[in-house]
Amino acid sequence: MMKFRFRRQGADPQREKLKQELFAFNKTVEHGFPNQPSALAFDPELRIMAIGTRTGAVKIYGAPGVEFTGLHRDTATVTQMLFLPGQGCLLTLLDDSSLHLWEIVPRNCCARLEEAHSFQPTSRPGSDGASGPPCLARVTVVLLVAEGSMAALGTESGSIFFLDMPTLKLLEGQTLSPDEVLQSVPGDYRCGKALGPVEALQGHLRDPTKMLIGYSRGLLVIWNLAAQCAHRVFLGNQQLESLCWERSGGTLVSSHSDGSYAVWSADTGGSPAVQPTIATMPYGPFPCKAINKILWRSCVSGDHFIIFSGGMPRASYGDRHCVSVLRAETLVTLDFTSRIIDFFTVHSSQLEDEFDEPQALAVLLEEELVVLDLQTPGWPALPAPYLAPLHSSAITCSAHVANVPAKLWARLVSAGEQQSPQPAPTALSWPITGGRNLAQEPLQRGLLLTGHEDGTVRFWDASGVALRLLYKLSTASLFQTDCDHSDSLAQAAEDDWPPFRKVGCFDPYSDDPRLGVQKVALCKYTAHMVVAGTAGQVLVLELSDMPSEQVVSVASVDLLQDREGFTWKGHERLSPRTGPLPWPAGFQPRVLVQCLPPAAVTAVTLHAEWSLVAFGTSHGFGLFDYQRKSPVLSRCTLHPNDSLAMEGPLSRVKSLKKSLRQSFRRIRKSRVSGKKRTVIANSKLQEANAQLAEQACPHDMEVTPVQRRIEPRSADDSLSGVVRCLYFADTFLRDATHHGPTMWAGTNSGSVFAYALEVPVATAGGEKRPERAVEAVLGKEVQLMHRAPVVAIAVLDGRGRPLPEPYEASRDLAQAPDMQGGHAVLIASEEQFKVFTLPKVSAKTKFKLTAHEGCRVRKVALATFASVACEDYTETGLACLTNLGDVHIFSVPGLRPQVHYPCIRKEDISGIASCVFTRHGQGFYLISPSEFERFSLSARNITEPLCSLDISWPHDTAHTSSSEESEKSLRTVAEEEARTRTILIR
Amino acid sequence: MNRSHRHGAGSGCLGTMEVKSKFGAEFRRFSLERSKPGKFEEFYGLLQHVHKIPNVEVLVGYADIHGDLLPINNDDNYHKAVSTANPLLRIFIQKKEEADYSAFGTDTLIKKKNVLTNVLRPDNHRKKPHIVISMPQDFRPVSSIIDVDILPETHRRVRLYKYGTEKPLGFYIRDGSSVRVTPHGLEKVPGIFISRLVPGGLAQSTGLLAVNDEVLEVNGIEVSGKSLDQVTDMMIANSRNLIITVRPANQRNNVVRNSRTSGSSGQSTDNSLLGYPQQIEPSFEPEDEDSDEDDIIIEDYSGF
Repeated sequence: MMKFRFRRQGADPQREKLKQELFAFNKTVEHGFPNQPSALAFDPELRIMAIGTRTGAVKIYGAPGVEFTGLHRDTATVTQMLFLPGQGCLLTLLDDSSLHLWEIVPRNCCARLEEAHSFQPTSRPGSDGASGPPCLARVTVVLLVAEGSMAALGTESGSIFFLDMPTLKLLEGQTLSPDEVLQSVPGDYRCGKALGPVEALQGHLRDPTKMLIGYSRGLLVIWNLAAQCAHRVFLGNQQLESLCWERSGGTLVSSHSDGSYAVWSADTGGSPAVQPTIATMPYGPFPCKAINKILWRSCVSGDHFIIFSGGMPRASYGDRHCVSVLRAETLVTLDFTSRIIDFFTVHSSQLEDEFDEPQALAVLLEEELVVLDLQTPGWPALPAPYLAPLHSSAITCSAHVANVPAKLWARLVSAGEQQSPQPAPTALSWPITGGRNLAQEPLQRGLLLTGHEDGTVRFWDASGVALRLLYKLSTASLFQTDCDHSDSLAQAAEDDWPPFRKVGCFDPYSDDPRLGVQKVALCKYTAHMVVAGTAGQVLVLELSDMPSEQVVSVASVDLLQDREGFTWKGHERLSPRTGPLPWPAGFQPRVLVQCLPPAAVTAVTLHAEWSLVAFGTSHGFGLFDYQRKSPVLSRCTLHPNDSLAMEGPLSRVKSLKKSLRQSFRRIRKSRVSGKKRTVIANSKLQEANAQLAEQACPHDMEVTPVQRRIEPRSADDSLSGVVRCLYFADTFLRDATHHGPTMWAGTNSGSVFAYALEVPVATAGGEKRPERAVEAVLGKEVQLMHRAPVVAIAVLDGRGRPLPEPYEASRDLAQAPDMQGGHAVLIASEEQFKVFTLPKVSAKTKFKLTAHEGCRVRKVALATFASVACEDYTETGLACLTNLGDVHIFSVPGLRPQVHYPCIRKEDISGIASCVFTRHGQGFYLISPSEFERFSLSARNITEPLCSLDISWPHDTAHTSSSEESEKSLRTVAEEEARTRTILIR
Repeated sequence: MNRSHRHGAGSGCLGTMEVKSKFGAEFRRFSLERSKPGKFEEFYGLLQHVHKIPNVEVLVGYADIHGDLLPINNDDNYHKAVSTANPLLRIFIQKKEEADYSAFGTDTLIKKKNVLTNVLRPDNHRKKPHIVISMPQDFRPVSSIIDVDILPETHRRVRLYKYGTEKPLGFYIRDGSSVRVTPHGLEKVPGIFISRLVPGGLAQSTGLLAVNDEVLEVNGIEVSGKSLDQVTDMMIANSRNLIITVRPANQRNNVVRNSRTSGSSGQSTDNSLLGYPQQIEPSFEPEDEDSDEDDIIIEDYSGF
């Protein structure tokens, strides 16, 4: 009945059409490193790499910009992946033993990854009478045999099943049971014991009829698929972990659970072979951990590579994550900071080549991907053009800078180059080069800044699909921290055996939590920057192309202003190093302002034209003139009853919570890092428990219902003084005829303070303003009656458009603002948006989001939306992310709701908290600690992977004729279906 | 002459009082006994008589000492009007069908002043509330049951008017489930319920809400499909003027409509409400304005 009051404007068809041309929601790319990777595969022919995750995601990477993403319907762990070489097809095995075939299919000029077939084994024995006595459950390994026309599935029961490819139909009657294999094994080896699960399956490069089978008990068999008989048998007695069949087929390597590996000769000696030619325990003689995977790669120059993971002495280095690379006498133990998932070598894929000639070794770790150049002496690591470990230290804040001028870009790139050792000119280039990137060169350069827990700020090239690290700024060296660098030196000087080498950059441990970066702001025209941190430190930095040595001036600003009765119970402020300090080329600190009390900085803003920086904490805000290095203003916003604001983030209450959280994380981690198969059992158990819990849940809720108090916010709610946003604008605050510099601050309790600033004007042409003091006078104070936290403030010009950034208008980079018409100020609180006129502050338009939708504003930004239909038509919109994870767009200054889309799950609190909008209608949020999801709200400005793969389709005439005979015997009727399918796709 | 006449009438009063009544462009003057004004019904009849409008339904208003136009529609306010009139009781009569309800209220007879021009001292001193008096039953905003005529009898729409009281709203809500009749038979659907009333709070003292009442709407927006947190946020955002539609847990006190106009079988605190055929607009319109003008703007000119 009352709906009439809330009815939106009538659906005007013209406006609806325009909206479609302006707004569209797409999740486009996932930047960074896949969270919880669980499987790795590489196609040497197409030179593409696939990574599978514990949540069922599959990502394929080739040359920079070439990316394909797929997600399994069930969120099960991807345990194994195999490429059908050269076909752009990927076979995945999940921990529920289901198999899925993915294909890269061309779709409107570019290619996409789509699931083509799947196979779910019947798990209950006897439920399907036709499927024969051995039950297909618990697939342990998968191998493509007969040139990719069949897949062999090794199972826990020891049987091997065969599936037709690509239809994934079970080939009944071809199952190879352990009994069949045991017939070729001498009786004394059998002695009544089972062979155990199939632990490894390997194919022969040149002879498709042969398959190497390794059973858990240690038995190795070369099985002839065509003749259905054992070709050779090797009677291993050590529990098997992994197998590698050397290229020529003459040598087998097996790795074992006791940390040893054995080399068997396949050509010489009788069958069954009892003794390996070599058996060695590389890190013996004390008990060692299992060697989980081993590779043997031959080289033209003679000495072969043996690369294996694990095998470390249990007692002294059992907790290390190591991959050992051994060639002749050279052994390097690569010491990683996170668990090893899998690794592969990039080597010759040509059938005719006699040797592997490995070029590179790629190791997938839990938290990063490391690629080593095996052709350059010393095997240096290659910088990866994508899959950057964003979380090498936890991300604490992020910001986006659009339209970065070419000059600043070049200076940043050069500063970054000076930071990292440049690869030798002879060094290998990135070896994973498959596919073609069809995306156009980005029209403008975008920077994503991430602030980290360890006090660093990383500058990412966010212009395209691949997020690339340009430059890393570290602020830690300005401060004296508890942890000195001598520690790491001591570590390097430990025993020289095993020959450890630290590799990778994932380092989640922060020296001092006070270093954490809370807010960053960058002026792209002057290359001035502010970095503000957890201990109230506000650093003003300037980009310099040369290294320098200089003293950083330090100032402190008391935000309590002698208010009585407050004692800070949080951490102490950081003590800066004194004296001249050496700074490398890049951003070099000029001024350090320390807030007192040293609470975390909650808002920061920079105006390089006026040389002013404003900062706020939970106690108040300050304004600092960094040209004269003098404070201009400080104001306490603390409510007299607010005691929580004095606790600080490291107070006892919270640190207990934190330590609890950490211990839970530790428990979870230890669960994760068990052995592969126990994980499967565990996850099944957990699932069952979760279901039980779910059933029990509603019942529990009846007993103790969650209650919510309904009460208007009062002035003395805790943390009401937190400064939420700060903003500089050149606008009309005093009267309608004179505009001038102003500063705005908004707090958690709905207060807005507006100051008129007196900034000495720079002489024409001069960069710097005269050396006179800046003055600030309180002009207006607004108390929003609903008292919701003020999230953002922006001034709109006479045409209703947001004011340009400093220098933008004066350098002709943006249209000059309309200073004739009346300005207005847009104040966004967590509950509503309001536009007030200026200089007389009276409400003009508003939208009460919370009252209407029951959601609260988390992030807002003004963005320009360009139309897809008309080249120069743009509109300004207010993009808003709510606590429910929905994105809304409102017109500006009318504040009419335009569109809204569900974007983030509402339970994903860290995702919602991490969201940043760009100025052109895109956005980023963390989907895991290591991945940014990029989305676009604009119908025109979309950054998504556009790429293709040149695929030689299977069953080409040339391809089949080469091994027609062997195939004939293996193929079944299903092949006909497969052939018609491929033609259709072509 | 006029002035002296009025003055004379006031000072020389022997219990009589001059009344000046205006209907349209016509004035009538007559006198009343101050000590025995009689009943409102009689006064109403007298007005119809002196203006010669015997069968016209009218609204009666008077100008109080502040110059505000206030309604006269029962004995109480009639007596109030008579007792405060000094020296002259000025009556304004409007035809009911032409009535302009917005005319009633503070400052209405003087001039509209722009509330935003108020220059306030910087200590968060609130400006004087701008109270709009709409229908006669709303002399001052109080919590009430509203929209009885448009809602199903099983529902109750309650307006909790917090303004001016220091009492907390004083209630809690929770998740729960209620049984609904749907095309597929009876279905259990999630709902939001009132879980607790704080003793002495506004919700309890009005007696309009009770524990286990199901919340159906908040300020006109249905809550079905919304989470407890969403409904909490909606209520808090509207807390200055909260209108909740509930299905009372106790359905025995429901208002029965179409009974005699004077009768009330509900537990309404305001009986006069039921005597008037309701229109929707006046009961809801003031809501937006309230919260809007409430933002306090402090302009500090000291620095200029």
